[in-house]
Amino acid sequence: MKGRIIILLAGLSVSTPVIAQQAAPKPMQTVRAAVLRVDAPTLLPISRLDTPPGDLGFAGAKLAINDNDTTGRFMNQDFQALEITATPETAAAELDKLLAEGIPFIVTLADDAQTVALADQVGDRALIFNARARGDNLRGADCRVNTIHTAPSYAMLADGLAQFLMWKKWDEWFLIAGSHPDDIALADAYRRAATKFGAKIVEERTYEDTGGSRRSDSGYVQVQQQMPVFTQDAARHDVVIAADENSVFGDWLPYQTWDPRPVAGSAGLVPRAWSPNLEAWGALQFQNRFEKLAGRTMRDEDYQVWLALRMIGEAATRTQSTDAPALKEFMLSDKFEVAGFKGQKLTMRDWDHQLRQPILLATDSVTASVSPQDQYLHQSSALDTLGIDRPETQCKF
Amino acid sequence: MKATTAIPTLALCLGIAMPAYANRVFVSNEKGNDVTVLDSETLEVIGTYPVGARPRGITISPDGKELYVCASDDDLVRVFNPETMEETHTLPSGPDPELFVLHPSGNPLYIANEDDNLVTVVDTKTHKVLAEIPVGVEPEGMGVSPDGKIVINTSETTNMAHFIDTDTFEIVANVLVDSRPRFAQYNDAGTKLYVSAEIGGTVSVIDPVTQEITKKITFEIPGVLPEAIQPVGVRVTKDGSKVFVALGPANRVAVINGETDEVEDYLLVGQRVWQMAFTPDEKYLFTTNGNSNDVSVIDVAANTVVKSVPVGQQPWGVIVAPN
Repeated sequence: MKGRIIILLAGLSVSTPVIAQQAAPKPMQTVRAAVLRVDAPTLLPISRLDTPPGDLGFAGAKLAINDNDTTGRFMNQDFQALEITATPETAAAELDKLLAEGIPFIVTLADDAQTVALADQVGDRALIFNARARGDNLRGADCRVNTIHTAPSYAMLADGLAQFLMWKKWDEWFLIAGSHPDDIALADAYRRAATKFGAKIVEERTYEDTGGSRRSDSGYVQVQQQMPVFTQDAARHDVVIAADENSVFGDWLPYQTWDPRPVAGSAGLVPRAWSPNLEAWGALQFQNRFEKLAGRTMRDEDYQVWLALRMIGEAATRTQSTDAPALKEFMLSDKFEVAGFKGQKLTMRDWDHQLRQPILLATDSVTASVSPQDQYLHQSSALDTLGIDRPETQCKF
Repeated sequence: MKATTAIPTLALCLGIAMPAYANRVFVSNEKGNDVTVLDSETLEVIGTYPVGARPRGITISPDGKELYVCASDDDLVRVFNPETMEETHTLPSGPDPELFVLHPSGNPLYIANEDDNLVTVVDTKTHKVLAEIPVGVEPEGMGVSPDGKIVINTSETTNMAHFIDTDTFEIVANVLVDSRPRFAQYNDAGTKLYVSAEIGGTVSVIDPVTQEITKKITFEIPGVLPEAIQPVGVRVTKDGSKVFVALGPANRVAVINGETDEVEDYLLVGQRVWQMAFTPDEKYLFTTNGNSNDVSVIDVAANTVVKSVPVGQQPWGVIVAPN
């Protein structure tokens, strides 16, 4: 045999869990989805490394569609995802267009308030996948039955960090929160986590965003003067926790605190859904695949969009259906599980539609730990030691 | 005769009826970029040899003359003289080769290309690529039927076992299994195919004729979180009576009755156990423990772990020379 033979698989089709080749190929069945990214005007982040790329989230969508389509060849299933950008003002109109086209699955990248507004606009016409907003209210009092959250909540992130700090016996925390509403919501999650796991918040301060220059040539000169003084005379603490959702001060804290203490939260050791330095559990080849496609490393938003579209693909494979109501029912059932390169299956919380997932505790260069920590047990799933558990939920569908 | 030179006198002295010749055991160290060679009788390290970037899958020709190593980050398969550990040549493998299986005759080699969703078929004599077969996302596990007619590939994100006809290079069947299938292993009689699912936490037992899942083996270990039970490597004794399944971060190897497919025992080994290999006489089974940087040695008849031997950084695969 000489030369290469490329074998195409178009002729394969599917009927039962045992997928045997059939004589006549069936036409491809298509699953349509859209990713709607709402870009609110913001200042640049402190670090140029954190500047959002133009294809934020969309690159994750492309990878998920590639992955789904590769599997789809064996199932006669084709997957599509439109990529739509909007401003806070145009988001509603863009969403209307998607609904008019009858797209049943819409992944949103928007802030907390806009995510709820979009969900209310959709009603029962589509299923929303929240791939960015992390507010606990979206999984609590403001939860919506038409919304699945692939982004972890503030409570999950704070609990993930808290478990690690307790394992370290660093139980005296100095909490510094920003002045924006989402900073305050995140700080609330840290207070809750401290109570839940037995840590003490020995000192709290608010870093007011006065609109100063975050990234000027002399920025560090100012910061080098400000940060030590700002953190001076705090009660004895083991660790500084920053709650800075808007990249105003957090990244300036490490090495600038008055007391020599590590920083965690929004800087230093960061609890997050994804980190481009994760290698374990097959993550290395997942990162390789993404970086080859996108020409950059993967952000949390990319991962969360990828997860949303992979959930749809996984449901289509398992149910062997492209029928949107059937896929939705399966994704929300206790039979559903999806692999997410974090070492265990990810499943759905039926009480608030939050996808259960491990939380990475990452520095810029390594993933230092992954929560839940082994020492925290739970009667049904160790992942439910992170975030709002069934007995405490305020969500009512 | 390729009895190791390490303890020739002892080996000859023991050579009475069915001599237990020492064999070389080759362990690929993913992070060490090398292979550790052990002696299967003394269980001592003979040496450590550089083999290229990120070695993972490792196997040896039936005649014991060629050692094949997937050098994943070099995008090729490196071939070594198992006696001298000198590289003799390389084989084209396609990008990011992870795991492979040799046809029972020793040719060709079927390679899973994890990053490119392909299985590459390479002639081990001519060193030519015979075919590239598109499969599911993240192909990894590779198994071959004892008669050499079917090669199995598992795709970790598509979650299927693909049955590939070795004459036509066409996929003839796809079986959906649980999440993240890592490994496919036939029993020697060819009557059962075992496919592990790392995230699903199960081993599917597939009837190779009907391609139906006849049983899903599940695992439960007191004191071990269910999430930590992640089946990867599978090995079956020649008589088919015992099936060993490496359970990853559960740090256990499950012993399964090959008749009933019921779990009979769990053996405590090193941390994050992935791949395994028997000695030719099936006296020992070696396991690679990626997080504790050692191999555990299991006494197959006694179902006990007799020793752990430190090897290189993040041991991934293991194979024992046939002679």
